[in-house]
Amino acid sequence: MRRFMVALIAGGAATSAALAAQAHAFLDHASPAVGSSVSTAPPVVTLWFTQDLEPAFSDVTVTNDGGQRVDLGNAPIPPGSPAQLQIGLKPLPRGTYTVSWHVVSVDTHPTEGTFTFDVGSG
Amino acid sequence: MRSLQLEAVVGAAAILFSANSAALAHGWAGQRFFPATILTDDPFVADEISLPQVTVTPPGPDGAQSTGVQIDLSKRITPDTGVIIGDQWQRLQPSGLPAVTGFGPLRTEAQYQLFINGPHEALGLLGLNVIWAHTGRVQALGAPDFTTLAPTFNFGKGLGDLPRSLPYLRPIAVTGNLGFGFPTKTESAGVPNPTTFNYGFAFEYSFSYLECCVKDIGLRAPFSQLIPLVEVAFTTPINRIPASHTIGTIQPGVIWAGQYFQIGAEAIFPANRFTGHGYGGVFQLHFYLDDLFPRSIGRPISEWW
Repeated sequence: MRRFMVALIAGGAATSAALAAQAHAFLDHASPAVGSSVSTAPPVVTLWFTQDLEPAFSDVTVTNDGGQRVDLGNAPIPPGSPAQLQIGLKPLPRGTYTVSWHVVSVDTHPTEGTFTFDVGSG
Repeated sequence: MRSLQLEAVVGAAAILFSANSAALAHGWAGQRFFPATILTDDPFVADEISLPQVTVTPPGPDGAQSTGVQIDLSKRITPDTGVIIGDQWQRLQPSGLPAVTGFGPLRTEAQYQLFINGPHEALGLLGLNVIWAHTGRVQALGAPDFTTLAPTFNFGKGLGDLPRSLPYLRPIAVTGNLGFGFPTKTESAGVPNPTTFNYGFAFEYSFSYLECCVKDIGLRAPFSQLIPLVEVAFTTPINRIPASHTIGTIQPGVIWAGQYFQIGAEAIFPANRFTGHGYGGVFQLHFYLDDLFPRSIGRPISEWW
């Protein structure tokens, strides 16, 4: 029984370790941080993911309370940082802003998410 | 021998909800990630394998205790349909009698993904579980000598669409299953085989959801990948034996979900005296085949060519 168990677990672990595949991209962290309040308006929003992204299918937008876009719509993936999304922002007045992202990891798994941050209340 | 007969009495019903743990979903609805829960049926078709799941049950009413090693494979046929196949090697230790070992019954499930609602983090799945007669060690282990057909509805709902004024409730998700088990024989060796109502729920709190979508409280891997949860599952007879003979377990635990696999562990507490007494435990190592083999066997069979 013990040998059987060891073989099962070792086999499973070896299978996992032997494969250098990519997987779903989770949001690891962001700047401004998820749910944070900042005193001054940030010039960019940067998102760090757990996997490299497909540039053509990965995007981020930032909207204000009224649903209007306040991002500059530029350069979502910085050169040399394939696991990041970055987008410039217009000057932001006080308020709550929603970051919406949709990414596809390099093995074609899509993920998405939204979060908010506040400006002027930090 | 009395313990073996008792095992047979509750066997079909108990297998039904333990079989539900074979549902191996690794799924998303919008920004919500649902892990594969150990006890309750998951609301996703998936490409996954439990390798292995080890369960030590609490002692039954007669003191019999079993240890099981279970393997379950879940495979998508198309993006919305899938099958599950699973079996378990079991060691049963009746009170005061020698232990017996052998395989339990073969379990299969056909699944159809009814809906996925991303904005509301909601899922629904229809399934037909089948526990096959004479595929386990009937005499010694109490494996069934009859086939059981168990249609089920599985659902999942994340609370991410709650108002932002309730931030710390938004990482909560509930999954569950509701179904019936119809035995193809009304009795076995003079013991009635009841039709059963099977229901189970998993209440989860996702730290990864908290971090990604609500508020960054500074948790980082591996702690941000933890999902504490409590699972409950019950089987209630609806004919042939009294409904008061409901059996069920309550299982608090935690799942750690990584990129390619997850690890789960739960304590097992009997919900009533018909289920047993004391406590047991379950451990599961569970691989995401769609992430491990995204361009081959991890895809639905319909997309292989």
